[in-house]
Amino acid sequence: MNPAVIILKALIFPGLLFTAVLGLVTSWVDRFVTARVQMRVGPPFLQPFYDVAKLMIKETCVPAGGSTWLFLGAPLVGLSGVTLGALVVWSALLFGGRGFSGDVIVALYVLTLPAVGVILGSFASRNPLASLGGSREMKLLLSYELPLALAVLVPVMQSYAAVQSIRLADMATQLPVASVSGVLALVVAILCMQAKLTLVPFDAPEAETELTGGAYMEYSGPPLGLFKLTRAMMLVTMPLFLVTVFCGGLDVADGVLPALLGLLKVLGLVVVIVLIRNTAPRVRTDQAVRFFWGPVTLVALVAVGLGMMGL
Amino acid sequence: MSFAVQALTRSLNVFHLAGSACNNCDIEILDALTPRYDLERFGIVLVGSIRHADVLLLSGVFNKKSAIRLQHLYEQAPKPVVVVAIGACACAGCMFRESYNWYGKISDYIPIDAYVPGCPPKPEAMIAAVAKLIAKLRGS
Repeated sequence: MNPAVIILKALIFPGLLFTAVLGLVTSWVDRFVTARVQMRVGPPFLQPFYDVAKLMIKETCVPAGGSTWLFLGAPLVGLSGVTLGALVVWSALLFGGRGFSGDVIVALYVLTLPAVGVILGSFASRNPLASLGGSREMKLLLSYELPLALAVLVPVMQSYAAVQSIRLADMATQLPVASVSGVLALVVAILCMQAKLTLVPFDAPEAETELTGGAYMEYSGPPLGLFKLTRAMMLVTMPLFLVTVFCGGLDVADGVLPALLGLLKVLGLVVVIVLIRNTAPRVRTDQAVRFFWGPVTLVALVAVGLGMMGL
Repeated sequence: MSFAVQALTRSLNVFHLAGSACNNCDIEILDALTPRYDLERFGIVLVGSIRHADVLLLSGVFNKKSAIRLQHLYEQAPKPVVVVAIGACACAGCMFRESYNWYGKISDYIPIDAYVPGCPPKPEAMIAAVAKLIAKLRGS
C-alpha cells in the first residue's frame, strides 16, 4: 500500500482524528449518564471538546528535577498506542476485513501502551503522590492483563474452530457471546476493561479524593490534554474491541442500518461500564489484584475450559 | 472574542484552597457543586491538583505561614488562572482583621479577580460571581 495512504489512515480516518472525535463524544456519554444517575442536567454535548481545547492553550509546567523529555514524551506513548490499537480494530471492521493472522494479539498488545505511558509519566514527574499513582497503575496492569488474555482466548478458539482464522475481521463474523463460554469470557473482559480504563471501582491510580489526581498530578496544559484525549479514545476503542471479538462486530458491509446497530452495541457496553462506575466504591490496590488473580481468573479459566469442549 | 478565552470560560476547573477557614464557606462551596445547582452544566468541575486548575478559590484568613503556601500555589498554577476570594475573611479579613495573625490583604501578594462577600456567601452568590467573571474575561 502507498505509504501516504497509510499515514493518512493513521492520522485522520480511522486513526487519530476519527477515533479522537468519537472518543470525546463517548466521554460526553459517560458524563451525561453519570449526571442522569445523580439526577443532574449534565454538561453540554461539546464539553469534552472545550476541555481538551482549553488545555491546549494553557501553560505547560515541567516539575524541577524531573526527567523533562520523559515527562513530555509519556503522553505521546499512550496516544500512539491507542491510535495504533484503534487503527487495527477499525481496519478489520471497515475496509472489507483488512488485517493479518493474529492481529487480535497486536491490538491487545498496543492497547496496554496507554497504561505504560501513564506509568512513565508519573515516575518522570518526581512527585511522590504521582509515583504512588504510577505504582498502583502498574499493579493494576499486572493484575488484569492475565484474565483479559484468557477471556480473549475463548473467541480466538471458537473462531479458529469455525473458520480456521484468528484475524479480527473473521472473528467479527462469529458470535461467541451466543455460547456459555462466550458469555463468561465477556463478563471477565468487561471487568478487565473497567480496570484498563481506570474507572471506579478500579480508579486507585488517580484517586481524586486521596492522591489528588495521582498519576496525572503534575501534568498541566497540552500534555494533560493528550492524556485526556488518550483516555477518551480508550473509552471507545476498548468497547469497540470487545464488540469486534465477542459480539459480532459492526456489520459495516451489510449497510448503514446494521452498522448503526453495531454502534449501539458499543454504546451499550459504554453505558454498562458507566453504570458500574457510578454504583461502586473504590477498591484498594491489593483488593483489586486479589479480585483479578482470584475469582476473575478462575471464571476466565472455566470459560476457556468450556470453550475447549465446544460449549 | 478569541478562541483562547472562549475555551477557557467554557471549561473552568476549580481548585479550592481553604486557608484555615471556619468551614462555613467551604460547605457553601460544596453546596454550589451539588446536583441541586449542577455547575457541570457550565463546564465547572472541582479538581484535586493545582496543575489542572483554571480557577483558584480562596476561603479563610491567610496567616504568616499559609500566605507563603498560597503564593507558592499561585506560582504553581498553569496560566492563565483566575483567583476568586470567597467569604468575608478572604475578602477583607472579617473579624480577624485586627488580630495578631492577620498578614494583610491577599491582594497585596497575589492578584484577585473576583470577591464574593458574605459570611458565608450563598451558592447563588458564587454562581453570580462566576457569571460576572466569565463576562469580564470575555470582555462583554
